[in-house]
Amino acid sequence: MRDFLIKLASLNRTTIYLIITIGVLLPLVVPLNLGQKMSPPTERLYTFIDTLPKGSHILLSADYDPSTLPELQPMLEAIVKHAVLRGVIPIVMSLYPQGTGLGIQACEKARLELGARPDTDYVILGYKPGFSAVILGIGEDIRKIFPTNYSGIPLDSIPAMRGVKNYNDIALVVSFSGGSTPFAWVTYANTKYGQKIASGITAVSAADFYPYLQTGQFIGALMGMKGAAEYEYQVNKLLEKEGFKKAKSVFAVRGMEANSIAHFLIMLFIVVGNIGYFLTKKRREA
Amino acid sequence: MHISHDPWIWIAAILTLAIFSFLYKDNPFFKMAEHIFVGVATGYGFVYTWNNGIYPNLLRPLFVDHQILFVIPFILGLMYLSVVVPKFAYFIRWPFAFLLGVGSGLSIPLAFRASLVEQIKYTILPNPHGMSMGLFINALLILIGVVTVVLYFYFSTPHEGVMKPVTKVGIVFLMVGFGASFGYTIMARFSLLVGRFEFLLGNWLGVLPWLR
Repeated sequence: MRDFLIKLASLNRTTIYLIITIGVLLPLVVPLNLGQKMSPPTERLYTFIDTLPKGSHILLSADYDPSTLPELQPMLEAIVKHAVLRGVIPIVMSLYPQGTGLGIQACEKARLELGARPDTDYVILGYKPGFSAVILGIGEDIRKIFPTNYSGIPLDSIPAMRGVKNYNDIALVVSFSGGSTPFAWVTYANTKYGQKIASGITAVSAADFYPYLQTGQFIGALMGMKGAAEYEYQVNKLLEKEGFKKAKSVFAVRGMEANSIAHFLIMLFIVVGNIGYFLTKKRREA
Repeated sequence: MHISHDPWIWIAAILTLAIFSFLYKDNPFFKMAEHIFVGVATGYGFVYTWNNGIYPNLLRPLFVDHQILFVIPFILGLMYLSVVVPKFAYFIRWPFAFLLGVGSGLSIPLAFRASLVEQIKYTILPNPHGMSMGLFINALLILIGVVTVVLYFYFSTPHEGVMKPVTKVGIVFLMVGFGASFGYTIMARFSLLVGRFEFLLGNWLGVLPWLR
């Protein structure tokens, strides 16, 4: 047994890659149907959007690029669908150039699968450079920052933007980011204008943003693929209830199942590696 | 199995495999994919910034609408380019000074309030999301964690006497924090891998029936 453990601990890199690959692929091909229980930060965000009056506006800032797409795109898609189902109008913008295309993709899914109408059920504003200037500018007048929507239509001519001037008319801002932009939204929109903020963040930065949940500066947050899967699962239930079964997406739910297996394997490697290390050390000392 | 007929999906799949080939060792396919990514990302970013920022926010107001005040940001912007001529490189200090001044003035008071005052306030005050036994224990742990970790980084007094056990508790909190960050980092990296596998198996090879 001892020899076996020592041998196991000295597995080469290629074998480890192979085991991880199989561990990740299997749950994708054979779904485990584990289900997802909402964690409190996800639940708070879901409940907030779910209980907004019809016709309210939420500003969704796609502050990311394709490098973080697997974690953040399912979040954005699920929230856009949720908002459209509840009659809440999502206004999609971006502080990153590549975020615009991803925002358009999310809205396009809502259009094709739920029949959402552009500029009536959702608005795409597009990209503006300059983090702090854009966030502060929206607090004064959104039309000064975005005179037109993404397609060049003046905001005054867009039915969904009627009555929206600044943060006073926006119920919630959700920043989806793989970096520090949610912090910029907290600093400039929440601290200066009292705007309610939530975030969709990658797992890498989740630990950095937990303090902002504790203080209430974030009303809720989706953290990594886990948060995306929780929200997606909940929205799927709502879609099924509302008769949009075909609009269900399980990208993050299935991804999280693969992630769970990968985590289990990593823990196993850590335990076996440590046992092997101590056994080898003991043998050398003997 | 429904293999994609979309040439863009094929290009993305081939580039993904070229990047994955680094797992074996550095090779020309990986390098090619890396260079394509850098080039495309830079070009995309430049065109987008030009069309959404530089032209509508500076060039059009100045040269089309003749708003003379925009000459100030235009000159400041040009000064950035002075670095290419070593003799005039010192001009870059002006836009830097302007940006530093405006940036600091805007962000220091707000950032101080957002990330220090509010954090200290809610380390002491009850949780804004309500109060239950679980949240109370959570708040207590945060208070103990903050105090002991701050004391661990207090180096004006040697970590002896009462300070020794307190700072030891601080180390435990730090280790838990690092562990949580490490766990989340693993999840993030695997999420990227899972995302690519979902793309390769689903969008490209079409062997995942649940992926539309």
